[in-house]
Amino acid sequence: MIDSDSLLQSRLQAVESADSAQAMLDSVEALAELKSEKAIDALIRVLGYNNPGAAVAAVDGLIQIGTPAASAVLSQIDGYNYGARAWALRVLAGIGDPRGLDLILVTAAEDFSLSVRRAAARGLGTIQWEKLEKAERLDGQIQARDTLLGVAAADPEWVVRYAAVVGLQGVAIAAISEDYQDLPEPIVQRLQAIAADDDTMAVRARAAWAIAQLPS
Amino acid sequence: MSDNFQSGAEGEALQLTVTQAIANLKQTEDTGDRYYAAWWLGRFQVRQPEAIAALLDALTDESDRDTDGGFPLRRNAARALGKVGNAQVVPALIECLSSSDYYVREAAAQSLEALQAKAAIDPLVTLLDGGVKAAIPVPGKPHLVQPYNAILEALGTLGSTSLVEIIEPFLQHEVPQVKNGAARALYQLTGKGHYAQVLIDTLSCDDLQLRRSALLDLGEVGYWPAAEAIANTLAENSIKLISLKGLLEKQLETSASLLSDPACKVMSLMDLLL
Repeated sequence: MIDSDSLLQSRLQAVESADSAQAMLDSVEALAELKSEKAIDALIRVLGYNNPGAAVAAVDGLIQIGTPAASAVLSQIDGYNYGARAWALRVLAGIGDPRGLDLILVTAAEDFSLSVRRAAARGLGTIQWEKLEKAERLDGQIQARDTLLGVAAADPEWVVRYAAVVGLQGVAIAAISEDYQDLPEPIVQRLQAIAADDDTMAVRARAAWAIAQLPS
Repeated sequence: MSDNFQSGAEGEALQLTVTQAIANLKQTEDTGDRYYAAWWLGRFQVRQPEAIAALLDALTDESDRDTDGGFPLRRNAARALGKVGNAQVVPALIECLSSSDYYVREAAAQSLEALQAKAAIDPLVTLLDGGVKAAIPVPGKPHLVQPYNAILEALGTLGSTSLVEIIEPFLQHEVPQVKNGAARALYQLTGKGHYAQVLIDTLSCDDLQLRRSALLDLGEVGYWPAAEAIANTLAENSIKLISLKGLLEKQLETSASLLSDPACKVMSLMDLLL
């Protein structure tokens, strides 16, 4: 216990004292590796440092920590600048905490950065629905579905449409396992249309693969 | 961040109309307006005969000179013609391969590749005269005597296996970009995996720029055995996704099904990077 605590302290210290982009990246990776809730605040601070390599490592670390990291991000996100907010949304999308659902929905549809929309669209397919009350679950899945149907049809970037297809597959599978019979129908129709018509061959293929992976 | 910059630039650029851009390119008073109009016509793929004629005229412009004696307008016109041109513009672009301006030669090689201009093969090969020994830096300039990377890339796209003997020595060139350009071309010409392996090896080098360009090269040639190595490269997910998309689409082009095993394998790697 003492050992793991002193390890944590020394790695927190290393992040504090990093004096180059590379040292920051290395120290954040080392800290994230511990998957400790006590590292959450330090990892969140890294999201605001304008060091993309370190931010990616911090996002991965926070996603690994899961729910407690989502709680911390949600309580602070209103105060973030744009850059930190984009990274924080990736954390929320990666964890799939349903308390972040509204934010992830708006992000998937409207964020100006394609890589943030991409992460949000993907995240809508991996929401931890079991954490919602049964009554809220159906509503949440319908919202996720409807947002993703729009993104998959209309986002100008192929990679965001690709991610929305992956997200739709996730929502359909979750709904089928909940026995929400009617919910997947529009998803299947949209995936068929995308598999036939999308401008980008990779997106067409991913839609065909999504259909093939749905339980029949 | 770059997304925003692009859409901002696009918002402004769209304020120019096609008619205005062509008029701006044809006038000779303001070199800045001409330079911008040439770029604009390519960016928005204006294929009207009048636009193409004005771009062809710009290839022989004498008025826009930089302090090195270069021809900035000609460079932009040569680039734009690769985006909007047709078989008719090929002879003029081939002419540009002997320009005194390195960047005009580079733009012409890239545009001839884009236009699938087989007629450019021999003139491009001529630029490799002297082989690796002649491929040395120009004193005081940030480039070699020829735009080897663009030439090798174009030959990889346009050429045939008869070029292997000429290109292979460039694998030994000390400039990694030239070496990688040769490897890419040789893989395209022969389909032999050991050439693509040079690019895979580059994915684990220390230089992020080189890793990025090897990712894009592997995506362009669609070398499917590189999939795992691409997914594991230390670089932005955005670039890895573009690279894997290239592999996936190559796979789809050569297979009757959208869902071959290799295609599904590549998609499962892409899913993890989203």
